[in-house]
Amino acid sequence: MTSSIQLSESEGGPSLRKRERVLEVQNLHVEFHSRDGVAKAINGVDLYLDQGETLAILGESGSGKSVTAQAIMGILDMPPAKIPQGKILFQGRDLLTMKPAERRKLRGPGISMIFQDALSSLNPVFPVGWQIGEMFRVHRGTNRSDAKAGAIKLMERVGIPAAKQRVNAYPHQFSGGMRQRIMIAMALALDPTVLIADEPTTALDVTVQAQVMELLAELRDEYDMGLILITHDLGVVADIADRINVMYGGSIMETADVRDLYAKPGHPYTQGLLDSIPRLDMKGQELFAIKGLPPNLLDMPKGCPFSPRCVHVQDLCRQEFPPVVDLGAGHTSTCHYAKEVVRD
Amino acid sequence: MTETVLTAENLVKHYPIKSGILRRTIGHVRALDGVSFELKAGETLGIVGESGCGKSTLGRMLMRLEEPTDGTLTVDGVDVYSLGRSEMRRMRRDIQIVFQDPYTSLNPRKTVADIIGEPFDIHPEVVPKGGRRKRVQELMEQVGLAPEHINRYPHQFSGGQRQRIGIARGIALNPKVLVCDEPVSALDVSVQAQVVNVLEKLQDELGLAYVFIAHDLGVVRHISDRVGVMYLGKMVELGTEDEIYERPTHPYTRALLSAVPVPDPTLRGTRDQIKLQGDVPSPANPPSGCRFHTRCWMAQDICSSDEPQLIARADLGGAHPSACHFAEDSVVSGTRKASD
Repeated sequence: MTSSIQLSESEGGPSLRKRERVLEVQNLHVEFHSRDGVAKAINGVDLYLDQGETLAILGESGSGKSVTAQAIMGILDMPPAKIPQGKILFQGRDLLTMKPAERRKLRGPGISMIFQDALSSLNPVFPVGWQIGEMFRVHRGTNRSDAKAGAIKLMERVGIPAAKQRVNAYPHQFSGGMRQRIMIAMALALDPTVLIADEPTTALDVTVQAQVMELLAELRDEYDMGLILITHDLGVVADIADRINVMYGGSIMETADVRDLYAKPGHPYTQGLLDSIPRLDMKGQELFAIKGLPPNLLDMPKGCPFSPRCVHVQDLCRQEFPPVVDLGAGHTSTCHYAKEVVRD
Repeated sequence: MTETVLTAENLVKHYPIKSGILRRTIGHVRALDGVSFELKAGETLGIVGESGCGKSTLGRMLMRLEEPTDGTLTVDGVDVYSLGRSEMRRMRRDIQIVFQDPYTSLNPRKTVADIIGEPFDIHPEVVPKGGRRKRVQELMEQVGLAPEHINRYPHQFSGGQRQRIGIARGIALNPKVLVCDEPVSALDVSVQAQVVNVLEKLQDELGLAYVFIAHDLGVVRHISDRVGVMYLGKMVELGTEDEIYERPTHPYTRALLSAVPVPDPTLRGTRDQIKLQGDVPSPANPPSGCRFHTRCWMAQDICSSDEPQLIARADLGGAHPSACHFAEDSVVSGTRKASD
């Protein structure tokens, strides 16, 4: 039962092979209108995802990582949310200008999503098999018995023991890890092109987290899906992602291939995050801590959102929002001094 | 430094499961089932384990927030569970707790002055009435809060700052032992490090002993001198930080350590991960014998019949307590694997 982690055979592959660009987000802005003012949750996010690759969006609470996912999925509550500008191109078509009915048809077969908290994402009063089968019934008009058979097959695929017997069980009768597997089964039912996983293992214990992440990596390859993994965990990212977008204060601060990001981070925020992980050789010493607090979205600092906490801050940083600086090989950093601070 | 401040012996907590209109007890959740350890002055004992392993129950038992089903707890030579109300009150000066959730563990209607100063209402002998405000401000400074924010309410602080308020309250009475129940789990990575640093600084300054309960193995390793690993209400392995992380002998400890994702993509696919099957069994109906045998890849017949004791077993460099019949074998196979 001891085995090394199964990773995609195509590791490093998606970038080498020519893959279809399934998703592209251009200059996306999202703001929330409330009595206290306008919270600018996302300020001009650009990202893309190719077929079969894993993009991690890494950020802390309030960084805008979940809002980005919700905007792509089209599940933001509007109002209070507003998307004043931007494009979300799915296989070349802009989701934001699409008719709601059309967009709805894409939810499931095109893009599907799993959430952090599987218990509150599942309906407590319906059996899990019924909820998985609903995907087939609603989108494909499948009859009940076929939908149930499909649900059992999916439950078996995601590793739920005795799926046939448990198809009529309710969500509360499953453990946290099993519930997350049911969510995954539901998300995969219609063979999506893109799967968004929003903190899929944050609520799970570490041994169960390892099981679920392994399953996701396996399924990504089997279904050849693009996977967007939203997380705050630098360890999980290192295990599964091909590329990483680091978000802070509603903007993407750094984009890089996973190895580049850990080996030569090019943004002071990324560097701070990596430095604040407790390391073996730091035992007994003070941990590096990023000073200060994450920004208040209602009152964002002028210039670079990270400037009040940055160790390299200059006057320019407090005045002007930094440009996206190209560090080569798809590695970019949104920092005025990216070329000076990048580690080698 | 070698004085023992706290001794826990065979701590047991069973919660009754009640059912029916007569609320008859139909079983027990064995949240904590015989845990023993010692804590020395000024040291940090990390307690790790997954949800349901009893680590938070243990923390509450140390504070006597739960009445024990069995066992004895000795703090500074005093048998805590035999104390009466007023003696218990006096005892609480020596042992304090910091909770996980900085959002729900602070009263939203009270100012920081009230929250940090509340221990002095109960123990007025510690700081006389006139000196309280000054003492609260000192405490705020010690944990890295601006003393001029003394009249603010909890909602005006961020998560990390709130946790600092909780810590200031915890150290207000100069306790000897501070129980930290998942103190950084609810915080963002960049803020976690700040709070860990505050705790370490306070330990150096005040000579506090910590019982540091957490599920984040990296943080526990950083802060702990010794570490106890728990599984389903039992302590399965107990040793120095080095013994647990470098020379673990219990299969559960090894699986737990190998499941932690390592933030280094160059190690991807090279690490020898142990994949446990299934979930933690219910503590209401724990497996017979060794509680881990249902998920253990090394399990033999003896594991389901005889419960292994937490006793010193040989590891590579010496010996430390481990509750596995095959602890020594585990070391050998572990070495082979590491050298592969």
